Amino acid sequence: MIKNIRLAYSMLSPSLLWLLLFLVVPIVMVTVISFTTSEGYGGIIYEFSTHAYETAFLSSMYLKVIWNSIVWAFSATVICLLLAYPFAYFIAHAGKWKNLLILLVMIPFWTNLLVRLYAWIILLNGEGVINHFLQNIGLISEPLTLMYTPYAVILGMVYGFLPFMILPIYSSIEQLDKTYLEAAEDLGANPVKTFFTVTIPLTLPGILAGFIITFVPAVSVFVVTDLLTGSKLVMVGNVIRDAFLIEMNWQLGSALSILLMILVLLSVFIFMKFTSSKDKKFLI
Amino acid sequence: MRPKTKKILFVFTTLVFMFFYIPIIILMAFSFNDSKVGTVWTGFTFKWYGSLFSNEAIINSVTNSLIIAVVTTLIATVFGTLAALAIHRYNFPGKQAINFLFYIPVVIPDIIVAVALLALYGWLDVTLGIATVFPGHVAITISYVMLVVIARMAGLDASLEEAAKDLGANEWQTFWKITFPLIFPGVLAGALLAFTISLDEFVISYFTTGPGSDTLPVLVYSMVRLGVSPEINALSTIMVLLIVIMVFATGRKMSVSK
Repeated sequence: MIKNIRLAYSMLSPSLLWLLLFLVVPIVMVTVISFTTSEGYGGIIYEFSTHAYETAFLSSMYLKVIWNSIVWAFSATVICLLLAYPFAYFIAHAGKWKNLLILLVMIPFWTNLLVRLYAWIILLNGEGVINHFLQNIGLISEPLTLMYTPYAVILGMVYGFLPFMILPIYSSIEQLDKTYLEAAEDLGANPVKTFFTVTIPLTLPGILAGFIITFVPAVSVFVVTDLLTGSKLVMVGNVIRDAFLIEMNWQLGSALSILLMILVLLSVFIFMKFTSSKDKKFLI
Repeated sequence: MRPKTKKILFVFTTLVFMFFYIPIIILMAFSFNDSKVGTVWTGFTFKWYGSLFSNEAIINSVTNSLIIAVVTTLIATVFGTLAALAIHRYNFPGKQAINFLFYIPVVIPDIIVAVALLALYGWLDVTLGIATVFPGHVAITISYVMLVVIARMAGLDASLEEAAKDLGANEWQTFWKITFPLIFPGVLAGALLAFTISLDEFVISYFTTGPGSDTLPVLVYSMVRLGVSPEINALSTIMVLLIVIMVFATGRKMSVSK
């Protein structure tokens, strides 16, 4: 028994050491840095200070950035859900086509996000495909501003993260026990009632998992605003990036990172509250 | 489903697929356009593909990405598989906490992992380069390998190992003759997942790489920031085609979410 415990720990130790050294310790360091004093241009004085948090909370600019990030990411996540559920429902009931159709979702899922955002730059920019088309058919005379707007940001997120919503919902619909649906039908429920009182509640774990794995990357992304608005609009990810790489204000960057992490952990916690432990497998 | 519902859902699903694919198809089409600027079709050409292969920065970044992905895959697969075996087989104090630790990279946004590593390297005063990228990649992929291998083990018949031991095999022989061949498909799937995640990863690479050692996604990012160019279209087309080949070759094995 003791021998087994020792063996288990020695098998785990390479992973644990790696995760401690390159994940846990660095995150602790960021937490510490967020409470230190800035010396200007990247300097750190190890003196306790809440200055970075005060800057983040007292300046209306940072609060607005955080608020925008939440609103845009949340809107994109809701749109993803509305698109993903009927889509996944159809595929799960597509019989022999099911596997091929889900492979067609895997292609955008694995295609690099930057490449997929670039595809939208070609469509949306001033001399882009959409403007060109509208001008050619005479609908508009001057190019429309399609990029550089919050709509472009939300569109980019929906396009980027929709597969993240589809896959867990698809797997929960596919694993749905059909006998519940038959029971509801036998007991006299019509298809609409069956859908809302049986199918939706039973696939709720998939919906919530999809919500989390879509919202978390969406709220922390910076490439969508970078590429589709040329950084004219910013999210919290952009501010963190600029604080670390351009302004060298590590305290502010760290404080915003910690706030983002708290936000993400809170949303995961809410998700955990909603689902029983056996349903958490959809998270993976 | 009633026929009418099915028809509406069919149209809806088709529209969503068009939303997914039309931008990508247009992107690919313009990689064959003769004109350097704009979106006017002026003629068919392969020249952008030619200039791609003579572009040293691209060749370099592909080499860097492959080196990082191979190193990441080797480390993450060995470490993650060992961890999966330990967690699946044994009960030990602290198992819950350790399980929790493996979920951190799955839920924490990549930008946090990235800035945290940057802080660590800054504190250690290390020069950034290829060698500072893969530790982050390993940290996020170990968990995925572990979870994929564990999922594979859940379906393992424990009596096979018992039978081997009853027939006189020792622990070591049982592992190599019975357990490992049985979990090998899971290990392979985990390795493939780690390799793909590492190749695709942008945020951690962007923060932890140094000048002159861009990975392919980092290079794509800086090219795209400079504006539309048919060379990026050609590069993107090749990347998409490789994903198409990979997805069809591995089938549903990869349908584990990132």
